Amino acid sequence: MTQLIAKDIALNERYTSLFYENKEALEKGSSPILNRMREIAIKRFEKDGIPGFKNENYKYTNLQPIFEKKYQHIFEYKRVEVDLNDVFRCDVPQLDTYVVLLVNGWYYARNRELTELPDGVVVGGLQQVANEHPELVQDYLNRQAALSDDPMVALNTAFAKDGFFMFVPDNVHLEKPIQVINLMRAEESIFATQRNLLVAGKNSQFKVVFCDHTLTQGEFLSNNVTEVFVERDAVVDLYTVQNQNNQANSVNASFFKQEENSNLLTSTATLHGGLIRNNVKITLDGEYSHADVYGMSFTDKKQHVDNYTNIEHAKANCTSNQVYKNVLDEDSVGAFAGRIHVVRDAQKTAAFQRNNNVLLTDSAKMNTKPQLIIDADDVKCSHGATIGQIDEEALFYIRTRGINEADARLMLMNAFAHEVIQEIRVEPLRDRIDELVDKRLRGELARCHSCDMN
Amino acid sequence: MEEQDKILHEVTSQEYKYGFTTDLEMDTIPKGLNEDVIRMISAKKEEPEFMLQFRLDAYRKWLKMPMPEWAYLKIPPIDFQDIIYYAAPKKKAEYESLDEVDPELLETFNKLGIPLEEQKVLAGVAVDAVIDSVSVKTTFKETLAEKGIIFCSFSEAVQEHPDLVKKYIGMAVPVADNFFAALNSAVFSDGSFCFIPKGVKCPMELSTYFRINAAGTGQFERTLIIAEDESYVSYLEGCTAPMRDENQLHAAVVEIIALDRAEVKYSTVQNWYPGDKQGKGGVYNFVTKRGICRGESSKISWTQVETGSAITWKYPSCILMGDNSVGEFNSVAVTNNFQQADTGTKMIHIGKNTKSTIISKGISAGKSDNSYRGLVKVLPGAVNSRNFSQCDSLLLGSTCGAHTFPYVEVGNKSSIVEHEATTSKIGEDQIFYCNQRGISTEDAIGMIVNGYAKEVLNKLPMEFAVEAQKLLQISLEGSVG
Repeated sequence: MTQLIAKDIALNERYTSLFYENKEALEKGSSPILNRMREIAIKRFEKDGIPGFKNENYKYTNLQPIFEKKYQHIFEYKRVEVDLNDVFRCDVPQLDTYVVLLVNGWYYARNRELTELPDGVVVGGLQQVANEHPELVQDYLNRQAALSDDPMVALNTAFAKDGFFMFVPDNVHLEKPIQVINLMRAEESIFATQRNLLVAGKNSQFKVVFCDHTLTQGEFLSNNVTEVFVERDAVVDLYTVQNQNNQANSVNASFFKQEENSNLLTSTATLHGGLIRNNVKITLDGEYSHADVYGMSFTDKKQHVDNYTNIEHAKANCTSNQVYKNVLDEDSVGAFAGRIHVVRDAQKTAAFQRNNNVLLTDSAKMNTKPQLIIDADDVKCSHGATIGQIDEEALFYIRTRGINEADARLMLMNAFAHEVIQEIRVEPLRDRIDELVDKRLRGELARCHSCDMN
Repeated sequence: MEEQDKILHEVTSQEYKYGFTTDLEMDTIPKGLNEDVIRMISAKKEEPEFMLQFRLDAYRKWLKMPMPEWAYLKIPPIDFQDIIYYAAPKKKAEYESLDEVDPELLETFNKLGIPLEEQKVLAGVAVDAVIDSVSVKTTFKETLAEKGIIFCSFSEAVQEHPDLVKKYIGMAVPVADNFFAALNSAVFSDGSFCFIPKGVKCPMELSTYFRINAAGTGQFERTLIIAEDESYVSYLEGCTAPMRDENQLHAAVVEIIALDRAEVKYSTVQNWYPGDKQGKGGVYNFVTKRGICRGESSKISWTQVETGSAITWKYPSCILMGDNSVGEFNSVAVTNNFQQADTGTKMIHIGKNTKSTIISKGISAGKSDNSYRGLVKVLPGAVNSRNFSQCDSLLLGSTCGAHTFPYVEVGNKSSIVEHEATTSKIGEDQIFYCNQRGISTEDAIGMIVNGYAKEVLNKLPMEFAVEAQKLLQISLEGSVG
């Protein structure tokens, strides 16, 4: 990416000069743990700039057009009025959760204090925790993100001030899931930078559900980074529901580092949104660790969803399993790039990956790029990718049972998605997502579609 | 297990058997590349003006192109000024019978086990043998001429059929297609030309043996195959190269054009010198091969057995333009010691109801890296298209790598594309089963590797399949295979 054309340089300069002009505002109120990385990060960003088609990792998703638009940047916490009734609508019936609210990438100051949390568990805003308990943050923050060569991650590191923080100490099992509701609400177009950090101590367990929503119709651009540390014997579930308005664009990078015998499940459901890019990097850094990575997207209109995964088997005897499913309607574009990297001597690895896609129209487009990089011999690795349609024979079979074609199609699409949904390990959440997907496929998700609650 | 490792080590550490050089008098030009060199090559070959322009156009475009870096290969920097771009045996070869052929040359073929006479008698194969750029001997030419088939060296075609060359050259691989294709277009020395007229089924398999011979000369072959309406041809290409210490560059271009209902089968066995066990020397094989199914219901199939070369960079591709056209790619790629291969295919579906199949079998041993890289692209207009891809990798030993980089892009709802890939080693249970039946571990590995590659080897024409198996044996050596 050494050859940048003049236009790209101008765009990249806009972001670098934005940084230098607001350096003081960015550093104000932030912990030195965050501040000390900013300048190094912006320099790294400068090297590659906003990725376009020429960047192999962003071959199917050109981020330049969305970054060229004008946005308002928020460098300090602003109180945004949020009707808490709206938040409760995101509630999952039959599921008792701790609810945490973030608005425009900032930890909402009027979050109720989570009093019933077990001893030692810390849940809060990254900015506040980094200032008050730097010892919880400094050993983890940026330890994974700094290794990434993705310029978007560097851009996040340079601009990030706040986000969601969670720390679960050794041997603590959190029974109730934490639900993090990310709301975007603004009168004008805004650019949000959110930085999340989650740490699961040895032999701990927790579940987190991220719900991304927009409350207003404006254009949004979020550049988010989430780092998750899963210590030995820990079990972590992380679910994400992306349901934003069709002008909300986001780039989300998630990093997971797993120690010995840990278990991770991450699942992402993309229902509505504009251009969405999800990067998932998992490092299996301890023997006998296991990762399940699931994703599904349902797109129409001009939506663009790109899922990019990179599973690195750094130690022997680890297993991983990936399933990504996409249903594409109208003029939407989908992309999937999944990589399994087995490093030398990571023997006895078993890694599987599957990507199935259904195209419903001739103007929808799907690009898939599954990759295997294998440097050890005693491994079992496979990947499969298909792009096709609903099975006509199955459709016919259902119709012979007296079910009309539209319903039969819906049933088959639901079944297609259900393979991913059924892996969710929290039953009420599974039912809820099943319901959301069903509504989405019926086109009934109008409220969430615009997410305009007024 | 230790025993098995030992055998694997023995098996994969054999030296290259076909390493020898033949002393022929060579007519060479000074090292280096510039417009004058290109003019000199063109003049030496007494080419018409359009060929010179074609070369110069390619050279000017090549100058502006950077060396590609996207492949999963570590390519040491190549000094393009340190290469002799033209070498031809001094005696202009125009033999009437085999007796007149330079005995040393015949000896070379004999060592390779492909004597001309044997081929002539046994296989009924017309051989256009190429030693360092200039065609030395063309057999069965008369038989082919009766049917209207033109099968000759490229330079001959430029002299005798300039209209055909002018019409089709650069059609499948444009001059500036990529770095190495542009280089080839600028300096190509010779190659084969094949034209099958309308309605003719070529009665025999056409074959060329390429062989790098002069020290320090790159070989820039160019092959052009044109199959007119309803014609059929099966074309074989095979190569072995003698042992050299210094790296040699091989940048060939193969173009195939298939018109309405024509079928072209292109089979390759590639066994250039892969370098020694320390990774020293070996041929750099950077080849651009592409076929266009221009006519409706036309078919192009590529079959390749890649065992040699220090570095292989090769993607035989099909552009399926005609409705109902079919593309096939079958490949076995073996890498050993320090060899690197990044090979695969591109299937571009443009016409309606087009079909393509990709079968790729990679085998890695030693400290080698073997990558499959492929693209299946279905354009919005290519309705009802179908692709099936299968890429399997087999790892022999814990220090080698096997990688898969498929790209799938689909732009309409009626097409079905499937891709699957697996990576594994030979199962201990499989070996145990063979041992239990009294088959030694060594033989068992051989059987399993052979069985693994069978699917592709079966696609090769009979005469070739035998040699392919032999080469597979040499690369992983004797006992394996």
